[in-house]
Amino acid sequence: MTSVSMTVNGKSVTADVAPNTLLVQFIRENLRLTGTHVGCDTSQCGACTVHVNGDSVKSCTMLAVQADGAEVTTIEGLANGADLHPMQEAFKENHGLQCGFCTPGMIMSAVDLVKRNPNPSEETIRKELEGNICRCTGYHNIVKSVKQASENMGG
Amino acid sequence: MYSFEYERPKGISEAVGAVGEDDKFLAGGQSFLPTLKLRLAQVDKLVDLGSIAELKGITVSGNEVSIGAMTTHATVASSADVKSSIPALAHLAAHIGDAQVRNRGTIGGSIANNDPAADYPSALVALGATVHTNNRTIAAEDFFVDLFETALEEGELITKVTFPIAEKAGYAKFPNPASRFALVGVFVAKTASGVRVAVTGAGPSVFRQGDMEAALDSNFSPDAVKGIKTDASGLNSDIHASAEYRAHLISVMASRAVAAAS
Repeated sequence: MTSVSMTVNGKSVTADVAPNTLLVQFIRENLRLTGTHVGCDTSQCGACTVHVNGDSVKSCTMLAVQADGAEVTTIEGLANGADLHPMQEAFKENHGLQCGFCTPGMIMSAVDLVKRNPNPSEETIRKELEGNICRCTGYHNIVKSVKQASENMGG
Repeated sequence: MYSFEYERPKGISEAVGAVGEDDKFLAGGQSFLPTLKLRLAQVDKLVDLGSIAELKGITVSGNEVSIGAMTTHATVASSADVKSSIPALAHLAAHIGDAQVRNRGTIGGSIANNDPAADYPSALVALGATVHTNNRTIAAEDFFVDLFETALEEGELITKVTFPIAEKAGYAKFPNPASRFALVGVFVAKTASGVRVAVTGAGPSVFRQGDMEAALDSNFSPDAVKGIKTDASGLNSDIHASAEYRAHLISVMASRAVAAAS
């Protein structure tokens, strides 16, 4: 076992984990933050996307020990109390989901996307979301949501 | 994943000292962790390079761009220095995998793996790059040996890659629509010593296309390579594309790479 310490959604956490524990396992099973989903578990679908030191990563393709000392944000860490993050609000308003399974990963990727591209075109949004798969194929409203959120986020 | 031990050293010599016979260095892990998860590989210990500051970063000096082994694709893609000195290299990095993979995957990890469909090998070979390790330098053409095989010795660590700045360079790939690995990718570089054309995705490992280089030496235009065929024998054939189709794509991608060259 190896000791890891990281800040998750602003809170310090420390735990002993086996080195082969994935970051997503640690988040879901140790921290019980089950908003981060495991879709494919093969780095394809992006449902497990979280932010590590501000960058979107697939938490099924990173070890918990690699996040030692890092700042991690999961979908649970986006809202400010009862106030949804503008990206969450936009997904809600535009119905940017169908079954909702991919939504946490989509939102985490979208927040990173807007950070890097403050005023993204539809084409940029679609290209930047290549690492997130919606099995319902509900991309149209997802793209609309991201576009609206980017405007509300001051892009 | 099988179980393993884990170490995260802070310096290059510590890392080299920590890696034993059945151990592996861990760079960005975007290919290696999936391999471990599928139990296609097993290690006693992973030596994580993520905390070694001297392996990260980009510098431009004189006629050369130097990229630390642990520099991510996202960093290369967004680097103002790379964009202004070798725009084709930034373009290549911006089209590896997807955004999340680019945030973790590194140039050192990519070339050490030498996946036949990886993008970077073509840039290294076409630009005439040099791979620097903890104890020597290796010319890119000698570095990529065969399918998933490089000139690296056991326990040898890539520290950086240096790229001479070309007069013009361009990269075009036909991505596998699911993985975005190159079904065929062609990197064309116009250098002081002539044009170099390197092809990835098509064969077991990156290779140069001599006929196209000769044609482009006398006429650096997309039309010069359109009609030049590559022998399909020895090229990869799989469910995604036949060898003949890949051979055809080499001409198309080479022509697009020349058109895009800047």
